[in-house]
Amino acid sequence: MGFWQRLLKLDRRWIFLGIGLVVIFPLIYPLKLPVKPTKPSMDLFNYIDTLGPESDAVFLVNGSAPSTLPELMPMLQAILRHCLTKGVPVIFFGGLYPQYIGVAKMAIDEIIKEFPDKKSGKDYVFLGYIPGVSAVILSIGIDIETTFGADYYGIPIDSLPMMREIKNYSDISIVIDISGTSSPEYWLMYGQERYGVNFGVGCTAVSAPAYYAFLQSGQMVGLLGGLKGAAEYEELMARNGYPTGKRPATVGMDSQSFGHLLIVLLVILGNIGYFVTRRAEKTRGIEQRRKR
Amino acid sequence: MRRTLPLVIAFGIGFAMLIQYFIPHPISENFYNVIVQQWFIIIFAFQFVLALRSFFMHHIRKISQKKEGYWFSAVAIASALFMAIAGFATKRGPFFDSLYKYMYAPLQATMFSLLAFFIASAAFRAFRARNLQATLLLVTATIVMIGRVPIGDYLWKGMPDLVEWIMTVPNMAAMRGIRIGVGLGAIATAMKIMLGIERSYMGGE
Repeated sequence: MGFWQRLLKLDRRWIFLGIGLVVIFPLIYPLKLPVKPTKPSMDLFNYIDTLGPESDAVFLVNGSAPSTLPELMPMLQAILRHCLTKGVPVIFFGGLYPQYIGVAKMAIDEIIKEFPDKKSGKDYVFLGYIPGVSAVILSIGIDIETTFGADYYGIPIDSLPMMREIKNYSDISIVIDISGTSSPEYWLMYGQERYGVNFGVGCTAVSAPAYYAFLQSGQMVGLLGGLKGAAEYEELMARNGYPTGKRPATVGMDSQSFGHLLIVLLVILGNIGYFVTRRAEKTRGIEQRRKR
Repeated sequence: MRRTLPLVIAFGIGFAMLIQYFIPHPISENFYNVIVQQWFIIIFAFQFVLALRSFFMHHIRKISQKKEGYWFSAVAIASALFMAIAGFATKRGPFFDSLYKYMYAPLQATMFSLLAFFIASAAFRAFRARNLQATLLLVTATIVMIGRVPIGDYLWKGMPDLVEWIMTVPNMAAMRGIRIGVGLGAIATAMKIMLGIERSYMGGE
């Protein structure tokens, strides 16, 4: 058996080991490869950057379950950090599905440690889960207080100082859905189209290509696609002198870089092996026919 | 009657919501508010009752019949009950948060992380340039994979711009076509449901 045939029959555990190593090493020894922000990320960052304490609130939606947490948590934290640094009022909605609320709680608990002077109900509001999905999105357009009744901690919304001037989408500057599912499409249909609220998205890398059409049509302000989108947001925060925390997305991009590089290398080797062995089989076939 | 009543409700509510959109009258707006803020949300909440019933029935049946791997069902039921009791007993306190943070989150993240290993192995074995279409897919995927990470910019400065072009021109054109098709299909399906032509939602017709 030749080298290429042996390679094509490579035990997959070697591939697993290779992926494991190229992912783990850059996490331990970060290379800090430079991240170049793209236009969709810059558009979202610039929009939030124009807001201030007197602006309408940012309605940040968590659409991340633990499965998509590594990609989406850095986005949630970067946007929360950006808004709180600038004093923009934030309504942080735990999510349209019950399994998301724990991730939202982890995000807000972590970020709020960096802003001990910020108070729930005054500087930000954390809303919990209620059932309804599309009905919830439509209902926010009518009245937030009637839709939720109370915040995550059980405090009635009408008693929260920040919510006195915020009734529905008309008092919200932008809705940003950080999502690992197709929920941005619901927000587009029932929030952006029906009520005309500005809309931005942060999503997993695999979902990002689906949303470029909405960017071009102007239905979305900006887009953060995958861990790269989060890393670009962190980079923009750093360039503008804002606090960035530990920049988890930027660190993760090193692992992703080498992971992708290894997969591309495997695909190239696999294809070379495929063509070499196919050619050898063809030649062998011709020789056997000649002998006959 | 069992079939006629759901058809009448589907037609009535569907048609009412459709025409309501075009009538900016207080009665119409009030109807919309009641439907959205009360009916929809209550009906959605009922899904949980059905889901819980389905979950428990499925696993209890497996345990009672001692099917292969039935003890996984026992673990599933015990875990669901434990999380629910912990949530109610502690009023979503720190203990409940810890269960989510230190058990549910790592377990789900681990399951999802396995994808990276299987994708790498599958790409090595199955991603072949067998014909023109497969070659186009392979070349595009390779460019996007390298260009979407910082090392792509390091290898060739033009790589991120090339990827952005792929995303904003060929990808967007294809996605827009698909979306228009899906949108038209959704309108046609909605009309078929309202008019009672499509009845599979009532149970496997």
